[in-house]
Parts: sequence; structure tokens; C-alpha cells
Amino acid sequence: MSMTPPTGQQEAEQVAPAQALLTVNNIEVIYDHVILVLKGVSLEVPEGGIVALLGANGAGKTTTLKAISNLLQAERGEVTKGSIECMGERVDRLSPNELVKRGVIQVMEGRHCFEHLTVEENLLTGAYTRRDGRAAIDLSLEKVYHYFPRLKERRTAQAGYTSGGEQQMTALGRALMADPKMILLDEPSMGLAPQLVEEIFEIVRNLNKKESVSFLLAEQNTTIALEYSDYGYVLETGRVVMDGDAKSLSDNEDVKEFYLGLSSGGRRSYRDVKHYRRRKRWL
Amino acid sequence: MELLNILFVAPFLDMADSPVFFAEVVITGLLTGIMYSLVALGFVLIFKASGVFNFAQGAMVLFAALTLVGLMERGVPIPFALAGTVLVMIALAMLIERMMLRHLVNQEGIILFMATIGLNFLLEGAGQIAWGSNVKVLDIGIPDQSFEVYGILLNQFDLFAAGTGAVLVTTLAVFFQKTTIGRALRAVADDHQAALSVGIPLKTIWVIVWSVSGIVALVAGIMWGAKSGVQFSLSLIALKALPVLILGGFTSVPGAIIGGLIIGVGEKIAEIYWGPAFGGAIEGWFAYMLALAFLMFRPQGLFGEKIIERV
Repeated sequence: MSMTPPTGQQEAEQVAPAQALLTVNNIEVIYDHVILVLKGVSLEVPEGGIVALLGANGAGKTTTLKAISNLLQAERGEVTKGSIECMGERVDRLSPNELVKRGVIQVMEGRHCFEHLTVEENLLTGAYTRRDGRAAIDLSLEKVYHYFPRLKERRTAQAGYTSGGEQQMTALGRALMADPKMILLDEPSMGLAPQLVEEIFEIVRNLNKKESVSFLLAEQNTTIALEYSDYGYVLETGRVVMDGDAKSLSDNEDVKEFYLGLSSGGRRSYRDVKHYRRRKRWL
Repeated sequence: MELLNILFVAPFLDMADSPVFFAEVVITGLLTGIMYSLVALGFVLIFKASGVFNFAQGAMVLFAALTLVGLMERGVPIPFALAGTVLVMIALAMLIERMMLRHLVNQEGIILFMATIGLNFLLEGAGQIAWGSNVKVLDIGIPDQSFEVYGILLNQFDLFAAGTGAVLVTTLAVFFQKTTIGRALRAVADDHQAALSVGIPLKTIWVIVWSVSGIVALVAGIMWGAKSGVQFSLSLIALKALPVLILGGFTSVPGAIIGGLIIGVGEKIAEIYWGPAFGGAIEGWFAYMLALAFLMFRPQGLFGEKIIERV
């Protein structure tokens, strides 16, 4: 079985560090002092980019995002090695509150809206850290309603009673209210109809282009994630096993076989898979 | 027939017989109700903002009242003693956040509840170690005198308590519904993690909410303490707040007030008009029976947030 060489690593080096909005250097994450979840993950998100974090269940996508946003703390997780830098500044010891102030905000998997608050109140909580005054916040609110017209219709509805799609929009809109440079988007497609997934990703692309918000998105739906992102990293059991620009990843035979469910010739045996997983190609 | 008469006819005839007396009963009930509401408020605040049922609320009432009396006994003038107690309650809130809540982020509500039981013992003990366990008289200078309006006997102190309660509730309701911090408090109550993710600092929020609830406990402590002396049994009025909460709903500030009023009026009327049918002393258990009925038919209370369940 032939492996396509990882073209990405060289490219990532060509992108000068000055341009990288977020750099994750070889981080290790341990839960509860014993469970090693990430074993040296490195990645980079350039300014204005959409970067996809791909992989199966339990590969460590969510943990990577939470390590960056530092929501790990609340789950007894800890970054024990490596560093995380945002615009050249070490951020791996900062609280989520500090990070949101610096423009990095996470939209959690499973949406996590404030059920008893109305949609509009949910959006306004996103502006908690802002200190630029009522007028600027109102402006952001208008902007969110512009991108999500459906939220405007439902603004007075209790978020707990809105549909899954509306909740995902609320969660994304709430993050936008913080006026972020970068959104860590965890599994936006979860539990949504394919059409809605398309709609959400279109909005992500729009936000990226027009509001120049960078995205790091963790996604199991590899097809759609690669369609909308510029660059991708494939995680397996806590390691980056492959990276490259979206085009080269979706053309990659292994990605096709294991993540896209497409295969060029016949089924391959499980032994090859094992073999593939054992190869250490990171760093 | 006789029984039916006692239960369903005689009480109403009595009420119609002397409307002035009836009005007096209702007003006394309302004023007692406000006192219940004050205690219930403290519970609601913490429950709203952290989803924790704070078992130690009664102990906080006692602790606040003991601190105030203790300061006054040492010759501190009332305004300074009040300010000092407020500071102590804020310090207590910070301590609770630091020693207890910070380590229990993201834990089940029941675990936090257990922690507050521990806190309850700690506060009851600490308050008495610091200020002694004798019954103390709290005199804040409001005369406990009665006067008549249209033949209805009113108590000046009760009116003062009612006024304080009304101001407190209005302020809190506005605070919760209209301010950024209030919104953040409600957000935290719904989902700790999501609140963290949008940059709401849980620690600050918890200190705020425990401080506010400490101050509410102080107000309740003053009112009850002035009425019945500052003593250990003050921490037991928390039990009386339970039916109020079940009636009004654990998450509603107005609910705590209305619930308190209903219980206050209900138990006075029941005692006076239905008491003879049961051989008296209804007042002691009426509230709990009412709460039981509510649990069966409307578990979220009158104004509580509906438990949202999407199918």
C-alpha cells in the first residue's frame, strides 16, 4: 500500500509564524492526572483561514479545541506539555474569559444554548466580555440577525423550545456577539438535517469571507468539512497523522478510504489499517 | 352533616359575620408572609444562578444576624454595624467560592447540595463560636407598636418589614431581568460550561450571587431577629421557606414573594376559621400540606420555569 507523502508539513512551514493566528505546538493533554488523551498535537490556523480537524470518535478533536479555549480546566483536564500561542502570545494558562477578550471563542459540541433565556438574551450573553458600549453591541446584534434571519423571527422564543438548527445558529450567533477573531467550532453538523448542515457551513464561509473570522472546526462529516475548509488535519487516537490543504486531503487515497467512504479499488484488509495507524509520521 | 357544616359552611359564615376581623386576619397573614418570602428569596437567588439548592441559607440568616448583634453589643453604632455585617457576608461569599464552589465546577447538583449541608453545619458552629450561643435581643429602633386604621389593627414593625421586602424584591427583579450581570447569572444557572465558553467568569458570578444572597439573609435575619430574638432556632426558619419555594417555584423571584404571601395568609385563615374543626394548631402543618398538593399537580410551582424537555 502506498502512502501519499504529507505535503502539508512543508507548506505549514512556508506560512511564516507572523501570519499564524493560532499555533499549537506539540501539546499533550492529560485528564484526571492519568488519562493521556492528546499525545503531541501540533497545528496552525492562519489569519483568515478555515481549518478542519478531522477524525473519528475519540480521536481527540474536541479535546484539542478545549485545550485551546481552556475549557479543559472545568473537566479536570490539563495541558501538560507543549504550548499554545495566539498572535505570538502564550495563551495556554489563560482562563476562557481572558481568551474571549483576546478574540478566541468556542462553540461547543451539542450547541449548549441557555435554555431558559430567549434567543436574543442568549445572543447578548455572548457580549459579556465586551466593553465597547451598548451601541456597538446593538450593531453586532443587527449583524447576527443579518446572517441568521431566522433568529430574528425567533428572537423572543425561549431557546430551549427552538429547533436543533435554530439552536446551532443561536450558539454560533452568540459566539459572534463577542466580536471574535477566531471561532473554535465543534461538530456543527451534529444532529442536523443535511440541508441545514449545508446552510450552516455556507454561513461559516460567509462569516469567514466578509467578517474575516478564522475558524478551526472539528467535524466528523469529513466530506462537508473538506469542502468548506482550506486546510485539514487528521487526528487519530490523540495524534495528528496527516495534514494538508483540503484539496490534497480529499484526493488522498487513505482519507477517501477511511473517512469519505470512497474507495478506488476493492476493500483493503484490516491489517493494513493497523499498519497504517502504527506508522509514526507526525513531527 | 355536622362535619360538612363545620368544614364548608361555618367558616364562611364567620368570615361574612365580621369583615373587619377577616381583613385583619388577612393583613396579619400578608405581613407574616413577607417575612417568609425574605428567607425564600435567598434560596431562589442561589438556585437561579448556580442551580444549587443552598441548604445553608438558614444558617446564613443566623450567621448574619449573630454578626450584626455581636457588633452592636461591642458598641458599634447601627449604620456601621450594618455595613460591617455586609462586608462580612461578602467576605463569606468569597470564601465559599474559593474553598467550595471552585472545586465543584461541572458537578451534579446533588453534589453541590451535599456541600451546602456541610456549609450549614460549619456556619452554625462558627457563628456561635464567634458570638456565643445565648439568645440575643436585636433592637434596630423600629417600635413594635400597633395602631388602628378603619378599625383594623396594624403593627408598625410588620409594615416596615413589608416595605423592606417590597423594595428588595423590586430591585432584585430588575437586576435579574435587565442588567448584563443578571443575564449572566441566569445563563450560569442554565449551563455552567456554556457560560464559561462565552467568557462569563464563573468565579466572579458566584461571588456576586452568594454576596447578594448573604445580604438578603442579613435582611431576613434582622426582621426575624428583631421579632423573636437572635437565637439558634433562627436557622430553622429555612424549613418554613421550603413550602414557599415549592409554591412559588424555585427559580422565580416574584414566585418567592407570592408564595410567601399565599402561605402567610393561608395558614392564618386556616388556623382561625378551620382550626376548631381540627382541634387547632393547623398553622404548624398547613404550609406543608399545601406544598404537597402543589408537588402533585404543579411541581414547578406557580411561577417556576417549566422543565424544558424536547422530544
